[in-house]
Amino acid sequence: MSSITASPSHKKKSATTDERVGKKSTLSILLGRPEIGALVGAVALFIFFAIVAPVFLSPASLATVLYGASTIGIMAVGVSLLMIGGEFDLSTGVAVISSALSASLVSWYFGLNVWVGIVVALLVSMLIGFINGIILIKTKLPSFIVTLASFLMLTGLNLGLTRAIGGSVSSPSIANMEGFQSAKAVFASSVNIGGIEVKVTVFIWLAMVLIASWILLRTKVGNWIFAIGGDEKAARAVGVPVVRTKIGLFMAVGFCGWVLGMHNLFAFDSVQSGEGIGNEFLYIIAAVIGGCLLTGGYGSAIGGAIGAFIFGMANKGIVYAEWNPDWFKFFLGLMLLLATVVNIVVKKRAESSK
Amino acid sequence: MWRKLAVSLVIVPVLGLAACSSSGGRAPEPESNSAAGTVATTDRIKIAVITHAPPGDTFWDIIRKGAEEAAAKDNVELQYLGDPDGGRQSQLIEQAIDQGVDGIAVTLAKPDAMAGALKRASDAGISIVSLNAGEDRFKELGAFAHFGSDEKLAGEAAGEKLKAEGIKKPICVIQDQGHVGLEARCAGVKKVVPGTEVLYVQGTDMTQVESTTTAKLQADKQADAIIGLGAPITMTLLKAKATANSEVAVASFDMNSQLVGEITKGNVLFTVDQQPWLQGYMAVDSLWQNKRGGFTIGGGKATLTGPAIIDKAVAENITSFAEEGVR
Repeated sequence: MSSITASPSHKKKSATTDERVGKKSTLSILLGRPEIGALVGAVALFIFFAIVAPVFLSPASLATVLYGASTIGIMAVGVSLLMIGGEFDLSTGVAVISSALSASLVSWYFGLNVWVGIVVALLVSMLIGFINGIILIKTKLPSFIVTLASFLMLTGLNLGLTRAIGGSVSSPSIANMEGFQSAKAVFASSVNIGGIEVKVTVFIWLAMVLIASWILLRTKVGNWIFAIGGDEKAARAVGVPVVRTKIGLFMAVGFCGWVLGMHNLFAFDSVQSGEGIGNEFLYIIAAVIGGCLLTGGYGSAIGGAIGAFIFGMANKGIVYAEWNPDWFKFFLGLMLLLATVVNIVVKKRAESSK
Repeated sequence: MWRKLAVSLVIVPVLGLAACSSSGGRAPEPESNSAAGTVATTDRIKIAVITHAPPGDTFWDIIRKGAEEAAAKDNVELQYLGDPDGGRQSQLIEQAIDQGVDGIAVTLAKPDAMAGALKRASDAGISIVSLNAGEDRFKELGAFAHFGSDEKLAGEAAGEKLKAEGIKKPICVIQDQGHVGLEARCAGVKKVVPGTEVLYVQGTDMTQVESTTTAKLQADKQADAIIGLGAPITMTLLKAKATANSEVAVASFDMNSQLVGEITKGNVLFTVDQQPWLQGYMAVDSLWQNKRGGFTIGGGKATLTGPAIIDKAVAENITSFAEEGVR
């Protein structure tokens, strides 16, 4: 767990000590973490699938589960931070595709090295985040409305521009262009670990979770994020740069979308412009399962990662268990519900035992 | 300091890579448009093609190209519209009636939702044809012709071909659970090859298609073939096959240029093509024929545009058409 919680003091509280300044035991601090419920849910789900589908435990299967989790988890990192900061982003699913399309179309249309397209896509993604943020600040509308609008606009832009530039609704394949192989190695390769091919997105995901955790728990910016999510007015009153932090959060989401968009592009050579719709909810679900409050001010980056892992396990475990596919979505929903309920129960226990 | 660093991080690689890619990319514009040529001398008419296509789908792009080419030849002003929601698709029909179109080509994936609007169109004297879906309902809904492929028949054709290859336990991957046409394809395959199993994936997210299929191939070692029901899905199945280190054969439905390439290379056994370009072209052209001389093609029966099996031998002949985006 994070080192900030490590204050291994088992001093017995004397009756005279003020409980607000008294040191808590490591266990109670651990139980107070936002992601603890999700962690218990994840362990329960893991054991469950290990029993009903033994193939689930084979290293190759675990690598597949982790890959499925990473493609949600990468976005869940940014979305978790944003939700802790008290805002939503509904444009994330299509923004991933926007990023992939801009990289692909720019390098294809101008015949440029693919890496130029990648840099352009990064700028586009950050710009989408910046525009979301600045509209939110200037209009003071709820982020739900602002990002719903950008979701719709991006969906239209993806289709319209792809057809206008490439002449088809899917982006042309750029697999034979210069720079493609090196970009594929960065964004969509596999790493061989003991004979098992693990997709590189898994490592990118873990690195991003670590960085986000560090920012949240160890830096000034992390405190700002918690502060504006908890109470924006109070945060402003004590001198937190609310505007910069919020815009920064949206741009961080844009960055995550860029990473995933590049993976989509280089894993599949071309991108269909209608993809990505609906995925925004998966990212939010992952963050919520992981203990981020829908109202902001509470949560963790690790929680979002565990949420994505739960989703990946449920999604793939049902296939490994070879259950009747007609019921697939039902089982998926049930599993998510159970994981979330366990989450709440554990959290309540933890809070009442404080 | 941070800002400078960020700017240089962005600028430096761009400058370094400003070199152009010497391979791939956009081909120079072709000199003549394939649709260009003599245009019909009949009066300009207005035709609306109204489909249930989800936006951004490559398959429907081909139908649209066929419709556009017919419209260009027949001096037709074409309106190409679509909405996957049945209620909204019927509203598009109402709008076309209000705009006074001469003909409507409609897909009947949700025939009951279209019935009311199509009745109004018939009453207004607008000619109607149906395409792609609705071969069993088109006549009662007032269409004089239908152009499409029977999905079950297409599935059975794929099943026969798989059976001939000695396949006994194929996995049929459905990218949209509950989609009538896709379920019918797998049912058709299963009718011929009883060992067929269905796998549902989320077609709007390719990473999930890949990881779920990989999971299935790892879990089910008996499977000897995997069937994708759309060209982009099949391309992803190939990646999943590689990830899972599986030896299964791959078959497909529908087409695009990449898939044709994989068939010529032998990585995909075959694909079942319903020739969507013909559906779009014939729908518009038959409406024009109807205006020209009151002709009704098909003799009151559905005109089949498929299934056409594309294996290695056929694929080599149509590669250039696939690259053009008409196959």
